[in-house]
Amino acid sequence: MTGKIEHHLDAATLMAFSAGCLGEPLSAVAAAHLEMCAHCRAELVDIDLIGGVLLEGMPASGVLNAQAALPAMPGDVVPMSGRNGGPGGKDKARYSDGPQSFAARIGVDLAHVPWRRLGPGVWHYRVKLSPGVKGDLRLLKIAAGKRMPEHGHGGSELTLVLDGAYRDERGEYRCGDIQDVDEADEHQPVADPQLGCVCIIASEQRVRYKGIVNRLLQPLIGI
Amino acid sequence: MVRALQVRRLLSAPLEIQSRASMSDLLSRIARERSEAAFGELFQRYALKVKAYMLRQGADSATAEELAQETLLVVWRKAALYSAEKGSLSTWIFTIARNLRIDRLRKESAWQELPDNIAETLVSDDQAPDEAVSDRQREVRVRAVLAELSAEQRQVVEMAYVEGLSHSEISERLGLPLGTVKSRMRLAYQKVRTALEELK
Ligand SMILES: [Zn+2]
Repeated sequence: MTGKIEHHLDAATLMAFSAGCLGEPLSAVAAAHLEMCAHCRAELVDIDLIGGVLLEGMPASGVLNAQAALPAMPGDVVPMSGRNGGPGGKDKARYSDGPQSFAARIGVDLAHVPWRRLGPGVWHYRVKLSPGVKGDLRLLKIAAGKRMPEHGHGGSELTLVLDGAYRDERGEYRCGDIQDVDEADEHQPVADPQLGCVCIIASEQRVRYKGIVNRLLQPLIGI
Repeated sequence: MVRALQVRRLLSAPLEIQSRASMSDLLSRIARERSEAAFGELFQRYALKVKAYMLRQGADSATAEELAQETLLVVWRKAALYSAEKGSLSTWIFTIARNLRIDRLRKESAWQELPDNIAETLVSDDQAPDEAVSDRQREVRVRAVLAELSAEQRQVVEMAYVEGLSHSEISERLGLPLGTVKSRMRLAYQKVRTALEELK
């Protein structure tokens, strides 16, 4: 990761991530940004305290069924190691345990993505989500200087730049930068004129890249 | 089986021992000595809270219990990874419970609809008699901030953390624009952040 990350997760998104209510596609992208971004990780540490305090405040009435006492408790122990308290050590342990690890979630080597062409200079790869999960998670590759495909989004959307850059009315988004928008926002991103852009986009709802299919494929397939 | 019986016996350990021991001490005894007695005390302190959390998240009683067991089992297994001077114990346990809940949700969609009339009081007065001072201070601050949130900010924070609703679900349920839900969350966080910055 070169360069400084300048666009971060919204605090409301971090809270949803911390609460575990962000949803699978958005969580995957938020987790990927968190892996890259110490700033957001530090913020999440504070935000997680909210969950700790709320858990501490839960009622402890009743009795836990004694029969359900731990089976086969010992064994299978994670040994004490240099990970404890070392620089970044705790974070590592945390995020490998996190809601979704990026690589595991995407299940594809970024160097060998089986891209599918959406139109001239635009490719995508849809990441498979767990059964019954709502939303949309896909990698997009945009050739240098090309416009990102239009897609109306309902609900929240997160875009994380993995390679290259893009620019819109709000500024430039480079590797590691995240754009955190909700349904009210509209933007017209254009891929970097030299580098192009590879990004991953998560939406709360299924996305239809109507614009690109109609506009770009029309002349090719003659509808 | 033998192990399970031992644990069961430990769970009925005298209360005075539980209240005296610091939670961080318990954890380091678990980490260093694999002390089942220490684990029994920690279990007493947190298992029911985690179960209550799972119930509020929509788990049925058996699932909630199972997830509470699993959560504490992870504490047992990973005690050595926990850094007492850096982290807050209840926050660590919260993140374990949250992650197990997410994993379970991914496997099953058969979670129950929550009844609407669950008690709303979440912040209790009793505090963990434990943990490094600075951490404890941080927690106390956060607790105080949460107790003083406006009703509408508190409502969205609880709906997210305790009921596990997404911002969009909260906006539907309250009949508010998504942006309003998010800005209430942000305002709540601003207060937490300000309070924590005063400690630094
Ligand atoms: Zn960030």
